[in-house]
Amino acid sequence: MSAFAALFRRELRLAVRVGGGAMMGVLFFLIVVTVMPFAIGPDLNLLSRIGPAVLWIGALLATLLGLDRLYEADREDGALDLVVGAGHPLEMVVIVKCLAHWTATGLPLVVAAPFFALFLAMPPEAILSTSATLLVGTPALTFLGSIGAGLTVSLRRGGLLVPILILPFAIPVLIFGVSASTAVVFDPAGFRAPFLLLAAVSLLAAVVGPVATAASLRGGLD
Amino acid sequence: MTKVFKAFSRRPDTGGAMTDHDDSNRRAGEAVPPVPPARLEVRGLVVDRGGRRVLEGLDLDLGPGEAILLTGPNGIGKSTLIRALFGLLRPERGEIRVDTSGDREPGEVAPSCHYLGHRDALKTALTVSENLAFWKSFLGGPGAEVDAALDAVDLLDLSDLPAAYLSAGQRRRLAIARLLVAARPIWLLDEPTAALDAASEERLVGLMGAHLAGGGSLIAATHLAIDLPGARPVRLSTDRASAAEAAT
Amino acid sequence: MALSFTELANPTRFLALVSAVLPWTAGAAVLVLAWGLWLVSGSPEDYQQGATVYIMYIHVPSAWLSMFTYAMMAVSALGSLVWRHPLADVAAKAAAPIGAAFTFLALVTGSLWGRPMWGTWWVWDARLTSVLILFIMYLGLIALWRTIEDPTRAARAAAVLILVGTVNLPIIKFSVDWWNTLHQPASVFRMDGPTIDGSMLTPLLVMAVGFTLAMLSLHLAAMRNEILRRRVRTLGLLAAGGAR
Repeated sequence: MSAFAALFRRELRLAVRVGGGAMMGVLFFLIVVTVMPFAIGPDLNLLSRIGPAVLWIGALLATLLGLDRLYEADREDGALDLVVGAGHPLEMVVIVKCLAHWTATGLPLVVAAPFFALFLAMPPEAILSTSATLLVGTPALTFLGSIGAGLTVSLRRGGLLVPILILPFAIPVLIFGVSASTAVVFDPAGFRAPFLLLAAVSLLAAVVGPVATAASLRGGLD
Repeated sequence: MTKVFKAFSRRPDTGGAMTDHDDSNRRAGEAVPPVPPARLEVRGLVVDRGGRRVLEGLDLDLGPGEAILLTGPNGIGKSTLIRALFGLLRPERGEIRVDTSGDREPGEVAPSCHYLGHRDALKTALTVSENLAFWKSFLGGPGAEVDAALDAVDLLDLSDLPAAYLSAGQRRRLAIARLLVAARPIWLLDEPTAALDAASEERLVGLMGAHLAGGGSLIAATHLAIDLPGARPVRLSTDRASAAEAAT
Repeated sequence: MALSFTELANPTRFLALVSAVLPWTAGAAVLVLAWGLWLVSGSPEDYQQGATVYIMYIHVPSAWLSMFTYAMMAVSALGSLVWRHPLADVAAKAAAPIGAAFTFLALVTGSLWGRPMWGTWWVWDARLTSVLILFIMYLGLIALWRTIEDPTRAARAAAVLILVGTVNLPIIKFSVDWWNTLHQPASVFRMDGPTIDGSMLTPLLVMAVGFTLAMLSLHLAAMRNEILRRRVRTLGLLAAGGAR
């Protein structure tokens, strides 16, 4: 267990020290949210209605764009070889790395979302529900994105390929996440079903993601 | 620049005189942890790489206290063999197994091995001691303390510096310190002396000797002669199987 | 430098098989498609849709093959991951562009058909949306194969992605259906109009068989090309190895 705790600590440390870490994702999120009204128009009624969707798109892009170096950095400096050979199950290593990555980049997005929601004039209950769905849904995005990062581990320029490969799989997360967030405003009873489905998709991603990532990492070693 | 580093990295108690030098090498040897006996067996190993056959029908035996020095021209498969032994390449055919007296399942190879590859597996954003402490916790099991291992490779004075500040040779030494913080019986070393100066190379040979004396074994791929007493040279050639056999 | 056994020996037998079988499947495809077209020309116009109903005879077989090809790729992916069969990856890789082409055909014919029927080139109908996502997944797979240089590594990565897709496709389909009923009331135009009449069913089935035969012929030819391409690569590597 202490091996995984050490890995988790190291990943967090690296995320904080290298390239601005968590702040980069939040900054990107802020930019996306800021740019949206310029495209859509400053109509606050419209913005408050589509606010959850805007926040979800921003979080989706911020999560996926930061993922391409998740394993590539370890492969480049040779650490991946040793991590694979250490004798721990690779699936567990992937889970720990994903959790650390989510803590460093996903969690700040969830924390920042309520403040950005104020820009979009969202009602309090929608802010609450959007934060809740982001908290449940963003881990799924990290686990799914981890598959893309694993597939492109041997590529120097896999940056754009990861979102291309992974966004189709993120569609259910987006659908249920936005549905649950917006349901609160129009029909409070409609929150439960999509929220539970979102949680189910998240749990499934936590299983499929590590297994598929480990398989692709083993294939990308030599 | 080099001068500054030298002055900085030299410990005050070793003035550089010959006796002190020997003394520090001896103390370095004490940092090498004793290991459980393990025997490595390779039978009929066939490895392809990128659609090309690199190793064909290779047999190898390595018992406790034994060392093999792999030599041969570029591209002959030294690195491939080492990576295959560590389980990073899946062989087409053949068997690699490790028998240990420990609690490990026989046949599970990588957990009994240390791998020192071309790349040093260092995170430049972490300090020297953070790098090593991570590998100590992650690899687990008994082994030298971080400070003792750093002392053994003469990096103790730099332990709080980010690894990014280290020179290539110092990074290599930090990677070598990883072999000490977790006790693993078989060392798989791929060009271990790369980037090392003469003094560091001598120190490494001392560590290797101490590892062998402690019941460990090692395979080192190298194109430079390493002066390791009792080591068995194995030369890989295009007629690989027979070459390896003859040396056994 | 010995050639790797798996790289050449097994595919050699397969190549012989292809050259024996391909003329027959290709010929059969041409004949069945000609028969199908003749039947189609004799089939009646729809009383509601008029002549546009003839699009159906291309649209439906294409849509069916877009899914059939993916299923075939899923089986191949399993073959290359579990049994590491060298032909399995060749099969999956050769199938991807064909599957993408049929999916594209289904989308385009659907759009052409939708224009007079629905008055718009595209509606975010659940079925259309799912097919669009399938098309994007095909393109992503092709991109992955093209970016990873080493064929064995590309094979493994693609196989993992195909299988993840197999697990996820039903979930995506379900979520899109769910999303569609949420956003669009059921009154919106659906593609399943009146139940199909026998005078249209027979030509449709013949066309479907013809399309499938054509797809299999294309697939065999594409597999042959892929094997030859890999041989050229292996020969290049050998030349580099020998020139040391």
